[in-house]
Amino acid sequence: MTDHHDLPGRGHGGSAVLDRGGPPRRPRDPGPASTPSWRHRLSRWDLKVSPYLYVLPFFGVFAVIGLYPMLYTGYLSFFSWPRFGTAHGDAVGWANYAHVLQDPVFRKALVNTIGIFLLSSVPQIIVATLVAALLDMNLRGRSWWRMSVLLPFVVAPAATALIFGSLFADKSGLVNDVLGGLGLSPVHWHGDRFASWTAIATMVNWRWTGYNALILLAAMQAVPRDLYEAAAMDGASRVRQFVSVTLPSIRTTMMFVIITSTIGGLQIFTEPRLFDTNLQHQGGADYQYQTLAMYVFNTANSAVDPYPRAAAAAWLLFLLIIGFALLNFVLTRALQRRSLA
Amino acid sequence: MTRRPRPLVYALLAAFVLGSAFPLYWSFIIGSVTRQRASQNPPPLLPGGHFLDNASQVFDRIDFWSALLNSILISGFSALSVVLFSTLAGYSFAKLRFRGSNAAMVFVVMTMAIPPQLALIPLLKEFSNLGLTGTHFAVALPWLVTAFGVFFMRQYLVDAIPDELIDAARVDGCSMIRTFWTVAVPAARPAMAILGLFTFMQVWTDFMWPLLVLQGSDVQTLQTALDQLKIAPGQTLTDMALLQAGTILATVPLLLLFIATGRHLVTGIMQGAVKG
Repeated sequence: MTDHHDLPGRGHGGSAVLDRGGPPRRPRDPGPASTPSWRHRLSRWDLKVSPYLYVLPFFGVFAVIGLYPMLYTGYLSFFSWPRFGTAHGDAVGWANYAHVLQDPVFRKALVNTIGIFLLSSVPQIIVATLVAALLDMNLRGRSWWRMSVLLPFVVAPAATALIFGSLFADKSGLVNDVLGGLGLSPVHWHGDRFASWTAIATMVNWRWTGYNALILLAAMQAVPRDLYEAAAMDGASRVRQFVSVTLPSIRTTMMFVIITSTIGGLQIFTEPRLFDTNLQHQGGADYQYQTLAMYVFNTANSAVDPYPRAAAAAWLLFLLIIGFALLNFVLTRALQRRSLA
Repeated sequence: MTRRPRPLVYALLAAFVLGSAFPLYWSFIIGSVTRQRASQNPPPLLPGGHFLDNASQVFDRIDFWSALLNSILISGFSALSVVLFSTLAGYSFAKLRFRGSNAAMVFVVMTMAIPPQLALIPLLKEFSNLGLTGTHFAVALPWLVTAFGVFFMRQYLVDAIPDELIDAARVDGCSMIRTFWTVAVPAARPAMAILGLFTFMQVWTDFMWPLLVLQGSDVQTLQTALDQLKIAPGQTLTDMALLQAGTILATVPLLLLFIATGRHLVTGIMQGAVKG
């Protein structure tokens, strides 16, 4: 089935889908129309051009809102551009990058971003896999359970941040109240660096764990059931079946989930921005939870060379994302090879 | 075939669902007590009777109804646009043969890794040069067609339309676009509905782009209005009760949509995954 679709129409002699206008076929009725009619030519043209025409809107939109701005951002990062200037000034080489890389706030934002990302992706993927395994059982009210785990997905990140900002409020928040009830001292969720990362990561985990669980569940349901039966006959326990049958079978989907959460996690903006209790939007009094995406946004409003420096920071963020995505890819491949060997 | 799972499984799942629902309940509690009560210890655990008071304050503070209408218009328009263009492109990638098709599809998928921050500044400049900042159109433009949409429709249509059907339509003398309309669209309808729903939610919950492009404008979406609720002028302390009432009001429309269509959303997410 798959090969058939990878090569659409191959083996269907004379398929319209296949016909790319190679050597003209012998006319079915050798009538008077020896030269192709206007109608025929139009249909040929239609056949040739339509596939390109249908994908054109995507590439057109991407060129205008993706590719051009991205390249222009790169170009801009090598110039000066005074605040309120109407056009960019002189070329300054790598100065903007040097400035950003030496900026202590950028360095802090880099560490914050990676910290929040790790706290939000590692537990999330582990819990999502476990929830998916539970959902994969022969449950009563299956579709109800599936819908329920998706509930947080309808809450916008902005709303999520406001709700958790209240749950994690330093003075009157529920979390500190519960901690107090357990005899623990209250945590400065907004002040302490690691605590603020935890609070922000909790928002991300809350919103995305169920969603990722459903994706992993779909992969688990595609595992042939007789694999489990064979494993059970060999005396493998439930846990053993999960480790040696389920996990290896879903690794492609797992990689998909890991890479998409890496891309999303490193771009985090809304949650930390709205978690802020002061109105400066700098990610805490001491920038303790300012992320790179916030840094880009804030730099674009700063005093000196706002656009070029924000542009340089945006490219650094992009490189970081590519770096992490490649790292994921390489690590997963290496793990696979080891498990196959 | 397989036996029903043990009660422990249900208990664990129930705990997870409870954790998923609780923050919404908490938001409603805080949104329904007075401002003073919201900042007292111990925190309230049951809803109070002030939700309507708080809600009416929200309506005074921000133009909630126009933000709601804007969100509906922008998300609805984007959903239609994404569905139309993604179905066209997805159909072309899945069923038509053209030079460079595979490479182009890989390219589409790779564009998903580009962070939006990379495009913010030039886009904002372009838009302000064209006098488009602060308009509905400016919010919707990045959402005319998405890489995810194209990918999703391609994955669905590969299996959903037999090649023979397309051939038959062509033999009958249908033009390409007519073939698309009479063969592909009916087959794609379930996936189109799911993609529309999904896009609607994505655009609805988007924050950074509308925040930037609607800065200082009368046009606001629900999400940016929430942001304004937080930084209301002349305020020293955030009014938590007001803020949570606003959060609940802004969440209810999607919650209703979710209750009506959640089943399809689940199917869609799971379908996109298996083939992805």
